[in-house]
Amino acid sequence: MTTKKSKTVKWGEEPKIGWWEAMYLPAIAGGLATAIKHAFSGRTTTRQYPDVEPEIPPNYRGVHRLNRDEEGRVKCVACYMCQTACPANCIEIIAAPAPKDDPHWKDRDKFPQTFTIDELRCIYCGMCEEACPVDAIELTSVYDLTGYTRKELIFDKEKLLSVFDETSTAGKDPVRTNRGALGPASVEAATASQGPPPPGRGSHG
Amino acid sequence: MAKVIVNDIEVDADAKDNCILAARKAGVEIPHYCWHEALSVVASCRMCLVEVGETKPDGTVVMGPKLVPGCQTPIKDGTVIRTNSDKVKTAQQMTLELLLLNHPLDCSICDQAGECYLQDYTYKYGNAASRLDEPKLQRMDKYHIGEQIALFTDRCVMCTRCVRFTREISGTAELQVTNRGSHEEIDVFPDTPCDNKLAGNVVDLCPVGALCSKDFLYKKRVWWLKSANSVCTGCSTGCSIHVDQNEDKVYRLRPRDNPLAQGHFMCDEGRFGFKYIHDERRLRKPKLTDALAVDAGTASKSAKPNGTADLNFAEPWLDVLTVTRNKIKEAIKTDARGFVAVLSPFMSVEEAYLLASYLKSLDKKVRLVLGRVPVVGSDDKYPKGSKGEAPAPDKIKFTIRSEKCPNRLGVEMILRHFEGDLVTVEQAVARADATAWYFVGGYNVGWVTDPIDRGVGKPSLLIVQDIFASPLSERADIVLASSTFAERDGTYVNHTGLAQAACGAVRCPGDARADGRILMELAERKGLYNAMTLRKEIGKAIPGLAAIAVGDLGEHGVKVTPVREPILF
Ligand code: SF4
Ligand code: SF4
Ligand code: SF4
Ligand code: SF4
Ligand code: FES
Repeated sequence: MTTKKSKTVKWGEEPKIGWWEAMYLPAIAGGLATAIKHAFSGRTTTRQYPDVEPEIPPNYRGVHRLNRDEEGRVKCVACYMCQTACPANCIEIIAAPAPKDDPHWKDRDKFPQTFTIDELRCIYCGMCEEACPVDAIELTSVYDLTGYTRKELIFDKEKLLSVFDETSTAGKDPVRTNRGALGPASVEAATASQGPPPPGRGSHG
Repeated sequence: MAKVIVNDIEVDADAKDNCILAARKAGVEIPHYCWHEALSVVASCRMCLVEVGETKPDGTVVMGPKLVPGCQTPIKDGTVIRTNSDKVKTAQQMTLELLLLNHPLDCSICDQAGECYLQDYTYKYGNAASRLDEPKLQRMDKYHIGEQIALFTDRCVMCTRCVRFTREISGTAELQVTNRGSHEEIDVFPDTPCDNKLAGNVVDLCPVGALCSKDFLYKKRVWWLKSANSVCTGCSTGCSIHVDQNEDKVYRLRPRDNPLAQGHFMCDEGRFGFKYIHDERRLRKPKLTDALAVDAGTASKSAKPNGTADLNFAEPWLDVLTVTRNKIKEAIKTDARGFVAVLSPFMSVEEAYLLASYLKSLDKKVRLVLGRVPVVGSDDKYPKGSKGEAPAPDKIKFTIRSEKCPNRLGVEMILRHFEGDLVTVEQAVARADATAWYFVGGYNVGWVTDPIDRGVGKPSLLIVQDIFASPLSERADIVLASSTFAERDGTYVNHTGLAQAACGAVRCPGDARADGRILMELAERKGLYNAMTLRKEIGKAIPGLAAIAVGDLGEHGVKVTPVREPILF
């Protein structure tokens, strides 16, 4: 290891142990005092889970769901923003042109043919939710995710939609965000700073 | 040369430049939509408005009272361009606000997002707040605009680049502007879709996501594509291209500007003709006949009759090249004159050199011949006249050549160097005196014609290095599974003698290998295949190819001189 000190790195020294600390007895006594104080304080902190389910705060980040639009179709437009943002690389989408001849899909251009999230690989950071321009993906308060196989916990589009069907009516997880028709773009673009153009592009003539 | 001052930076510009080009030389970007280097100037989008002034003889600078479109304003010595004044910035913001007035802003589903000039310019020069209170105009998408192109009418910024392209470059004039004012739309006449052989270029020209390629539509977001500089192998024009890939899959080819090669564009045949790279029927591993496999002692490892092929971890190339090498030496020892190697015009200069120099080092009497040169129809020249006739020779802007291979000239130069005389495979087959054949294929379509098939017959040794199965590979003693242009580095010499470097973008499918790697190992050369190093070697060895001795050919390539050389062997 190098011992060279740079200006930006602050080097700390281990504190020196004096004769008082070297006896250890004061520290042991201090620890005992804390334990005894807690033992007789009269407050119980053991959770009676699963008999009593904990209160989950509304901003808890649990299992994902894919929201439906007013017509019951998957709201996701397959823009891949979540897949791009995801630091754990656990979202995989395959997009397709919407079935234009189906009157039900006439006003849509692009939709996710498949949409899978590996719930085991996910770190529940919520970046996908943050990135989605149409509020289609959300993290719910479902925290007790279990399964018998790993494969079971790779959620596909149907499973993610069924999480929406279950959670959106249960009351705990209303569809939280609902920004304007243009999404967050209109607000955020106004505050965006200028930057260099993205690299690796062909010439524009 | 003209001295121009752009935002207080002084540069030497070409007297023929407009303000955009002059500013580019100073490293200043003037945003623009309708102007394109290869098209006529219409100055209709007003994105490029700048302040322009001139230096008077006494040294004072007088700025013009109004903003002028930079694309249409020529420069002269002493021209002063300002792109960063408040006046210019306000104009840019207003132009963008107008362009976005009826724009759907559906970047989330737009294929152009990530390489969209409306996004970029709005981000860099725009104001982003719209003052429009009315609902936006909505127009129908037109999927019928062309077989390969779809028009998302809402996203169009009416730059008319696409219209001018079909009028000035392809000369077919299918696209036009219909209606007026804010109801203007790009359209085609009923039943005359934009299906000319250069139509795909309008997708690249479109600065926004209005014209999209149906082939690429919704396949991949562009920010995941990694691009390699390559050369189209569709014909001997040798268009410079970008190969855009992700996770070993090529998604699209795009033309790369190269004034020495083709200019700005490429043809649809080349653009969409890369699909064979991912064909299921590609040869995926080398093959030895059973007899040879027993010889090599690999039979016990690779032949598992009980259907456990998937669990067979034996290296498929194990010993294959050793057997090949031994067989070649054996055949040459028996009859060196009867050993014929066929070098295909799809090989790169490096590969042809590796194979030729190796075989000639074994015995100078070995014959090297040029593989079949596929020719289809005649040269197709653009822009077409109103009746579809070819343009006058001095008006040609793009040519699709009838010679459907990238490197006939390069391989020919190698052959002339080693062989002196050029013999084609057809002539060699007609002579019917060969006892052993080494065929190199790599063609994008089937190439084994009847005369070749019959003429080769059943020689004592038949080696085929190819990407697809053919009648020859079916009965070959040794099949070496090789690579397409997208999987290998190399140099191609186009019809004018321009040597361009192509870089591999993806890996070979299965256990197939890049030709260069096969040949390096076959020739028992030290080290890995490296096109740059080989170019230096070739440049030194072959006078006609001396220009490629620089190694790095740059983005545009270098001209070589195709000359007849004295016979060296
Ligand atoms: S929560 Fe984070 S890790 Fe999980 S899918 Fe979303 S972005 Fe990826
Ligand atoms: S960000 Fe939203 S709309 Fe885009 S792909 Fe993900 S879930 Fe779908
Ligand atoms: S054309 Fe550009 S700005 Fe318009 S939707 Fe497409 S990406 Fe967005
Ligand atoms: S379709 Fe594209 S290229 Fe054609 S006018 Fe509109 S924006 Fe320009
Ligand atoms: S680029 Fe100059 S007006 Fe369009």
